[in-house]
Amino acid sequence: MHELSIVSSVLDQLDELKKQHEGAVFSKVGLRVGELAGVDVDCLRFGFEAVVKDTHWERLALEIEQVPRRQRCPACSEEFRAENWATTCPKCGETETVVVAGQELEIAYVEVEE
Amino acid sequence: MSQIVVEKKVLNENQKIALELREKFRAHKILVINIVSSPGSGKTTLLEQTLERMDKSKRVALLTGDLQTENDARRLAQWGFPVKQIITGGTCHLDAKMIERHLADWPLENIDVLIIENVGNLVCPTGYDLGEHFKIVMLSVTEGEDKPLKYPSIFVKSELMILSKVDLLPYVPFDAEVAKSNARMVHPGIEIIETSNKGDGMEQWMKWLEEKLAAVKSGELISI
Ligand SMILES: Nc1nc2c(ncn2[C@@H]2O[C@H](COP(=O)(O)OP(=O)(O)O)[C@@H](O)[C@H]2O)c(=O)[nH]1
Ligand SMILES: [Mg+2]
Ligand SMILES: [Zn+2]
Repeated sequence: MHELSIVSSVLDQLDELKKQHEGAVFSKVGLRVGELAGVDVDCLRFGFEAVVKDTHWERLALEIEQVPRRQRCPACSEEFRAENWATTCPKCGETETVVVAGQELEIAYVEVEE
Repeated sequence: MSQIVVEKKVLNENQKIALELREKFRAHKILVINIVSSPGSGKTTLLEQTLERMDKSKRVALLTGDLQTENDARRLAQWGFPVKQIITGGTCHLDAKMIERHLADWPLENIDVLIIENVGNLVCPTGYDLGEHFKIVMLSVTEGEDKPLKYPSIFVKSELMILSKVDLLPYVPFDAEVAKSNARMVHPGIEIIETSNKGDGMEQWMKWLEEKLAAVKSGELISI
């Protein structure tokens, strides 16, 4: 359900974009999904196929780039991949680190047929 | 083949409305909280207890989301504060548009605190900004200690975790310390209050609300 509403949001934005690129045929859309975005990627893929079927977006392919969570340490500025939710700074041991990547839910690009 | 770089957030429409809502809340100095949990964790129960204890001079208003029924609004209405049910008709989260629509005929200048009870779901509400100052995630002791690890997003985005139904701790195989440390693992610095319908934690919770409201009124707390 949630994933379906994301798909319609994406397609609405592509409809808008299409107005600015008259005559262009969009063949693929690239989404960027962070691991903290609260989105199930399989669900999203499945929902995408269900929604585009029998519409003018039927031939649009979907590519998803999954973005891992990264943290930044306010004490020593170290940036690190927070694997298995381990958010403590590996360099200096600071526990209160800040999310810098992994919350994305973005349309990165669309590919256009020439 | 050529590529158009788009670089746009997906929930655009929602974010636009959430921004407008936030602007209104700021203009009227309203503290807005958005409570999220699985179904049955005890959100409505906590709110009933909150309203029972609430100083009647505080102008509290509530919006409560449900897939189908009006039950929660009925439960909450008995305390004399304005309550509206938002029936989502199957949608598993509240979005900013629903909040905007249900606030349309309420005089915002007469509200100090707006409490939003989201639809019971730990995943979908995460991505929908409602213009709130704080998300609050509730986890009851009849669920698993590993929920913060399974659904990290909502724990990352919440200022406060309410660990509810602690009166049942003696009867369930739930290790509160493990649950709390899991929550802190995904969100270092998350505040935690333990509550139950027997009154546990209510003083601390009411104080939390009181302090946040004071900060909004003084202009110290502004959400962006
Ligand atoms: N033992 C116990 N039961 C509770 C507590 N809080 C809620 N409940 C029960 O849990 C069920 C669901 O509560 P409710 O507030 O409707 O949950 P919501 O779906 O999150 O709004 C109800 O049967 C409540 O009576 C608590 O602190 N202790
Ligand atoms: Mg409820
Ligand atoms: Zn460090």
